[in-house]
Amino acid sequence: MSDKGNPVLIALVSCGSEYAGVQSELEKAASTLNAKLVYPEMDVATLDTIGMEFGLEVASPDLRLMMARAKAVVEGVAKVDGVFVTSCFRCAEAAIVRNELRRYIFEESGLPVISYSFTERTTAATLLTRLEALTTIARRKHLLARTKQTGITAGIDSGSTTTKAVVMKDNEIVGEGWVPTIKVLESAETALQQALDQSGLKTEDIQAIGTTGYGRFLIGEHFKADLVQEEITMNSKGAVYLADQQKGPATVIDIGGMDNKAISVQDGIPGMFTMGGICAGASGRFLEMTAKRLGVEITDLGDLAIKGMGENVEMNSYCIVFGIQSLVNSLAKGSSPEDVAAAACHSVVEQIFEQQLQEVEVKEPLILVGGSSLIAGVPKALGDLLKIDVIVPPHSQLIGAVGAALLASGYVSE
Amino acid sequence: MAKVIIYPTNSLILSDMVERFGHEPLAMMEKIKKIINTVGVDSPPLNITPEEPKRGLKYAAVEVPAGVRGRMALIGPMIELAEAGIIVGDSSISFGCMGCARTNELTKFLIREKGIPILEIKYPRTEEEGQDFVYKIAEFLKSLPSGSDEE
Repeated sequence: MSDKGNPVLIALVSCGSEYAGVQSELEKAASTLNAKLVYPEMDVATLDTIGMEFGLEVASPDLRLMMARAKAVVEGVAKVDGVFVTSCFRCAEAAIVRNELRRYIFEESGLPVISYSFTERTTAATLLTRLEALTTIARRKHLLARTKQTGITAGIDSGSTTTKAVVMKDNEIVGEGWVPTIKVLESAETALQQALDQSGLKTEDIQAIGTTGYGRFLIGEHFKADLVQEEITMNSKGAVYLADQQKGPATVIDIGGMDNKAISVQDGIPGMFTMGGICAGASGRFLEMTAKRLGVEITDLGDLAIKGMGENVEMNSYCIVFGIQSLVNSLAKGSSPEDVAAAACHSVVEQIFEQQLQEVEVKEPLILVGGSSLIAGVPKALGDLLKIDVIVPPHSQLIGAVGAALLASGYVSE
Repeated sequence: MAKVIIYPTNSLILSDMVERFGHEPLAMMEKIKKIINTVGVDSPPLNITPEEPKRGLKYAAVEVPAGVRGRMALIGPMIELAEAGIIVGDSSISFGCMGCARTNELTKFLIREKGIPILEIKYPRTEEEGQDFVYKIAEFLKSLPSGSDEE
């Protein structure tokens, strides 16, 4: 996983990570990726004035330290390749500073920035995907600049719920496969075989393979992949490629089976992003459970939702247990399945809006991808909520695999 | 000799004054020194592991951020030992700094709540205030019982 050569320098702009028991996890994740956490130097005297200078007067000196370090990054005092802004989960004061600093650093320096709020339970594994995306953006800019697929390449996205594969030839998708993830390797083989069968090509015809998703390392090793990459980079690349929005700003929202991502993209390269994953209520799993309870196939849930009015159903919780309970209660009180389906779609979208889109600047076009984007009620609920048009590109569930095949073609040319 | 908790808990000046007057300062520096020298724990820079925020649950509930509880795991036991306290308000960062405002609030509250002799004094801004500051702290320290270590 770790790239050889010079380490990527990541400025750690944090408040209290060394007191929360997560510092060693941060260091561990960084060293796995051949990245080095650095602490931008600043004059201690600036701590007394930085609050007013920045316009954000906060009581905690460590938050002022974060501001001073952010300023050192922006002014080039600290030479870094990316920035990780982090503070304690549940601290309101820190949340305000974290969000404003992320915006400030990104807008003023153009450096890739991610932010995260930690608890003492945050592990290196949780941090890895986020830091991996950050280091990739810093390290592989030339690869990410690729806008056309060349040669014959395959991309496999080993997701938590389904495994997707595509075979691409000369900038066209010529085969695709989509199977439930049961055994990671077997599912990947089946998905790839489906894609190959559809394309009429053979395994030996493939010139390069890219893998992504939760199972990327395992399948990457198995298929001797040329590129093994986290899903933030692959998915945003695949999304803007499929939506034909490779130039300029875009926002990608990916609602997956187990987590979701909101990514602010510029020229196909992710800038700010958030990655959910604590709550199943904001994932495709919530919709699956709703479909099951309504006795319909997940593929039919969207059409049902389009016909319903979510407002007619009272939902007291976003939780996958209590939210579903609300839906069941509504059915018992006589609500129509259409209204319940619409309410479920609205619930997922509203939670993403409240928890993730607040941290990412939503710039049009808004591209919705991931399996849940195929449930028609979801893009409709998102469009209604944000009052903007939502683009669902063709093959929107395959973005990870397409991004992988597209970027892997960089290895064909090389 | 009395065990005197100081606030800011990492103020070198306060810690030194307490020591000069024959008392034992309860300060962060000693605490940090102890944990970074703990054999078998390798969690730099401070050797604080996820266990500390859990220990901090004794002083703050689970909805309080991990960084506060991690700090309280160090400060809380010092407050428990304290027989007297000196709290300096509105101090400059260079005088001593705990980093986190919520930890500061809780620390000062727990010291005040303990019912021990406390000197609360503002950080001086002029030379005159500075002399008064030192004088008041000295008088407070002189007023504390000596010899509790012999009990």
